[in-house]
Amino acid sequence: MPRASTDQIWAWLDAVPDPEIPVISVVDLGIVRDVRWDAETLKVTVTPTYSGCPATSVISMDIETALRDHGIEDVRIETSISPAWTTDWLSGKGRAKLEEFGIAPPQPAGGPERCPRCGSKAVEKVSQFGSTPCKAHWRCTDCLEPFDYFKCI
Amino acid sequence: MTRDEAFSQFLLRMGDNTLILGHRVSEWCGHAPVLEEDIALANTALDLIGQTQMWLGLAGEIDGGKSADELAFLRDAWDFRNVLLVEVPNDDFGRTLMRQFLFDAWHSIMLGRLMKSSDEQVAAIAVKASKEVTYHLERSSDTVVGLGDGTEESHARMQEALDYLWPYVGEMFVSDEVDTEMAAAGIAPNPADLREEYDALITRVLTEATLSIPDSRFAHKGGRDGRMHTEHLGHLLTQMQWLQRAYPGASW
Repeated sequence: MPRASTDQIWAWLDAVPDPEIPVISVVDLGIVRDVRWDAETLKVTVTPTYSGCPATSVISMDIETALRDHGIEDVRIETSISPAWTTDWLSGKGRAKLEEFGIAPPQPAGGPERCPRCGSKAVEKVSQFGSTPCKAHWRCTDCLEPFDYFKCI
Repeated sequence: MTRDEAFSQFLLRMGDNTLILGHRVSEWCGHAPVLEEDIALANTALDLIGQTQMWLGLAGEIDGGKSADELAFLRDAWDFRNVLLVEVPNDDFGRTLMRQFLFDAWHSIMLGRLMKSSDEQVAAIAVKASKEVTYHLERSSDTVVGLGDGTEESHARMQEALDYLWPYVGEMFVSDEVDTEMAAAGIAPNPADLREEYDALITRVLTEATLSIPDSRFAHKGGRDGRMHTEHLGHLLTQMQWLQRAYPGASW
């Protein structure tokens, strides 16, 4: 069987959901750094979001499983910590999907631009930490709903 | 002492600090005063344990191919190189957050310097860890100010915590031959050189928290060179290492 092109592989990976925020893909999240063929071995370089994120090993497994389902037998996942992951690598599509899902996307200003539910700009921080390492806990003072904010790092 | 021996000691010091503090902080999981604080403490512990994997992973590579897990779970108290500050028991929430603040302040300054390390792997770990520690410091500073400049009760407890922990601060700035070797190689700064920046940072926050920094510069020492840990470390290890000791090689 001919080798799939790396463009094709990127497209397949774009269908692998993040295990903790399944509304976006691992490609949207910006953690897949490189895809390349080395003879018959496909090498995929992945970088962790936070160093202790428990989803990292699940993500590697999901990527491997997805590629095998597409007929690629020889897959090697390599982990790289440098350059360090940054929220700047979130795709535009990923940011839009996060907000639609109810998670405010990261902003350089360090806080959410608006409430992802009602759009109000009257928001306040509850805690720098949230339901996963990559999120903080905020609340809207207009609609009173708490929401997750994807931290900018 | 060879360069590799000093490098391995330096890496153990970094990794043991984050491991022991990460374990201590994780003891709060399910016990914090409010849900948000419980989540924040667990996230902080998680970051610290993640950083441990990188530091001890590198230490193990240099030290003849041991894994980070082997170093974490199969060494005994005298082989640990963490500062005594991180093994002090949690006590109340105030002391836990004061200890976190005193450590985060040092950690953030140290990582800032290590980002410019002559060793690429050290620099890469520092860049990664520094992003996380910025959030730790923001939160521990906010909490120290909130509780210090809070009610009469919370103020008294935070002052008590600071008085109790203060003698453990000095050890973070003691230099020995490992540090001299690391500084000469451009791998890590000399710890004594971080003190001025540290004092400026904590004075700013503790003043805002209306707390008084004790005058004494007396320092409990013996953790980072492994000469003498507190009795608390052994108790901590009996819990942290229990599974690997009882079921060697267990994995999931």
